[in-house]
Order: sequence, then structure tokens, then C-alpha cells
Amino acid sequence: MGDVTHQISERIPIHLVVNGVSHTLDLVPWTTLLDALRDHLALSGTKKGCDHGQCGACTVLVDGRRVNSCLTLAVMKDGAEITTVEGLAKDGALHPLQQAFIDHDAFQCGYCTPGQICSAAGLLVEGHAHDADEIRELMSGNLCRCGAYPNIVAAIQQAMGQP
Amino acid sequence: MNNFQYARATDVADAIRLLAADPGAKLIAGGTNLIDLMKENVERPTRLIDISRLPLRKVEETPDGSLRIGALVPNSDLAYHPLIEQRYPLLASAILAGASAQLRNMASVGGNLMQRTRCAYFYDTATPCNKRHPGSGCSAMDGLNRNHAILGTSAACIATNPSDMSVALAALDALVHIAGPSGERTIALTDFHRLPGDKPHVDTNLGTGEIITAIELPPRGFAQNYSYLKIRDRMSYAFALVSVAAALELEGNAIGGARVALGGVAHKPWRSLEAEAALRGQAATPDHFSHAADLLLQGATTRSHNGFKVELARRAIVRTLTQAANATPQSQAHKKIA
Repeated sequence: MGDVTHQISERIPIHLVVNGVSHTLDLVPWTTLLDALRDHLALSGTKKGCDHGQCGACTVLVDGRRVNSCLTLAVMKDGAEITTVEGLAKDGALHPLQQAFIDHDAFQCGYCTPGQICSAAGLLVEGHAHDADEIRELMSGNLCRCGAYPNIVAAIQQAMGQP
Repeated sequence: MNNFQYARATDVADAIRLLAADPGAKLIAGGTNLIDLMKENVERPTRLIDISRLPLRKVEETPDGSLRIGALVPNSDLAYHPLIEQRYPLLASAILAGASAQLRNMASVGGNLMQRTRCAYFYDTATPCNKRHPGSGCSAMDGLNRNHAILGTSAACIATNPSDMSVALAALDALVHIAGPSGERTIALTDFHRLPGDKPHVDTNLGTGEIITAIELPPRGFAQNYSYLKIRDRMSYAFALVSVAAALELEGNAIGGARVALGGVAHKPWRSLEAEAALRGQAATPDHFSHAADLLLQGATTRSHNGFKVELARRAIVRTLTQAANATPQSQAHKKIA
């Protein structure tokens, strides 16, 4: 049980734009962005793996930057634009990374895949990866316990327009 | 995670006031270490003061040629900042050796300094830990201590500070700008973190109600001859067993100035002015690097599992100084050793 002297039930109204849709939520301040997405907005594409920032399954884009949503308090992102794996496809067409993951069979169980794809989307925007070594290094925050790494790197290279 | 009150600071003075008013309050910016510790019930703040929107995000050149970095600049933004890449590539390399791309996007430079010096027992609330619960004992001393400190240790604590950024900042003689209830002050980065002594629960020399506002880099950036080498159990995204930040100023093959800082071996970034003085005026050769390594590692004490760190550190120091002298710095992406 928590310390009863600090039981605070106050909810805080916050505004998020998630995948282009505006939402107003009343959240207790200890709600992570991950739990807000999954439990309050029913966007279960973002996965809870370790819940400690070690696996990357919860990776989403906040104002275009990839972050671990499990270590982010939703209340601190009031006003932010969030992109989850559900928001990557446009007009019924898969995001190039989604298509590349299919083309390269870049998963086995698929649990890490939404985080891998969102992380790779952030990587492409950042523009600091130019070869397979740099992709591996800059994707090291996303673990794949099935070991699909070679195919994940190949998929990202395809999305980057590399042969 | 415990329940807590949430307040958004309107300016630095407001943050100081809120922080000084509540001994259970903590500042939060990126939150990458604090939220993690809260999820393990290691940290249980009564109130979080959100400083993430304060205007401390500039990287500015000062008239004397220094660089002033706002405390809220994200780690990744700093590592890829053109002035850092050009003038302080040692710092860029060290930052990119740490954490993951996501965490570097989240973590602020002030928060990087404020992350806890820690070990697995600090996280494990089922075990004694002098850092988490003063006076309860140290589980690492006779436990699994392979990752633990070999320098500056005390009978109370052998945890290491995991920051890579701080190791480079120590080597670069960085300054920490602080604001608090009694005004502003500046201290050397090397004086910012503490050795454990008999108070391992106190990681830094920040006073009550004080907040980091900026990091300052002096003009000397050692941009020609530097290297940051990080030795760890996997190729990426792991804390250092040993890391070395090396920076040289060469006059021909003679060493004009030398800086060496170690990570993964102590409660804070480890420097030896004696070792650096011994390098000055000497030829940049492995013999002299080896002698400096001896001086850096003087007084090392080991426990049952971390004895390997002494020889690992010695070899890493020689290798990193050799890379610096040859202008073949360690690449954090390509892991090539030259």
C-alpha cells in the first residue's frame, strides 16, 4: 500500500493529439504516456514490455521524436502530438517501414514490432544512420527476443532507399 | 509508483521555491532515471516539479570562447550540435556511447548529471543498501560485485556512476552553473559528484533547493586528439565496465597537455592530476601511457568479482590514449579499434 499521507486523487486535464485526433483526458499525474495510450485511448498497438525503458517496445513519436512512452508521464506531454504505430499508415497505404518489415520478414512473434517500427521512423527523421552499423547502433534501444535483427536492419535499409 | 502531487514550474525561481518548500519534492525533466526508480519504489517523491518547459534549452557561445549549454538541452541534441561536433567531439562521442537513442532524446544534460549513482542492489528493495537506506549495510560488498567500483570506494558503498557524458565533461574541465535560494554559484564538474564516504545516499554537492541551470565548456576542446572508449558486456546500450575519455594536445610527438577521465570504476568520474602531469612533456608512446595508467589506478581496491577491472582499465587507458595520439578516435557506431 502507498503512503496514506500522500494519497492524491486529483486528476489533471490534459490535451493530446494522437495520430491526428484530439483528445482531452483527465489523468492522475502518475499515469505514463504508455498507459494513457493503451488504457485510456484503447490504442493497444504500443506494447508494454519491460516497462523500464530497457526494451523499446513502448516507443512512440512525441512531436516527431522517438521516446520510451513507459518512462514518460502523460501530464508532462500536455499539448503534444503523439504518433503511434496505428498512425503510421496513410490513406490505407502502409508506411514504407511497415511494408519493408513485411517484405523482409523482420519479425517472428511481433511483440517488439510496433516499437521497432516507431523507433525506425524516428531514426529516419533524425538522419544520423547511413549504413548498417549505424542502424544497428541507433536501434540498440529496441530489443527483439526472437532475434530478427538482421531482417530488421535490412527492412530499415530498404525504407532508407538503400539496396 | 507512489502517488504524488504534480506542479509545473513557471520559471527557475518558481522551481527553486517549490523545491525548497517541500523536502520530499523532486525536479523532473526527462525523467528517464527518476520514473524508473519510482516504478521500483526506490524513489518516492511527495511532489514532482516539472521543469521541462523552462527556457534552459540554448547552446550559446560566450565572449571568452566558452560554450554555455542550458540544463534542459536533450542529450541527443547536444551530441549532434554542430559546435559540439566541431569543438568538443569527445563530448559528442561520450554522449552517443550512453543509453539508447530514445533515452538520449528524452534525457536532459542536467538530468544526466542528476541520475543516481547506483547498482542492482540499490534497485532491489528486498536487500540492504546504504545508499537507499542509510545504515542498513551494503549487499554488494560480498555479493555480486562484478560491475562495481575499484577507486574511491568506502566501506559503505561500491556503486558506480553510469554516466558517459559526465566522464567527458570531467575531462574537459566543465563547470556546472547552479541557482538556489541563496543565489547563483558555479562549481567544477569534478566537484559536482561525491565519493561515497560514510554518506553514500548523497550523490552530489547540490544544496537544498538548488537546481542546475547550465553546463559550461571552457574553450579548450581537444578536437584534434581525443577518444572515448567504452568497454561493456554488449556492444551497445549497456553501462560501462570501464570507460576512458582521453584528450591530448600534441607538439610534434610530445604531449603538451593531457586529460584522462575514467567511467565505470568509481562513484564519480575519476581523474588523476598526477597522471596528467606525468604525461606533459613526454613522448606520446605506450610506455608513457602505461605509466599514466599506473598513476590513475593507484590505490585501486577490488572485491571478489571485479578484480579484472584493474587490468581492463589499464589496457583501456593505454588504448584510448593511443587512439587519441593517432587521431583515430573510437567510433560509437562502428566499434572499430585503431
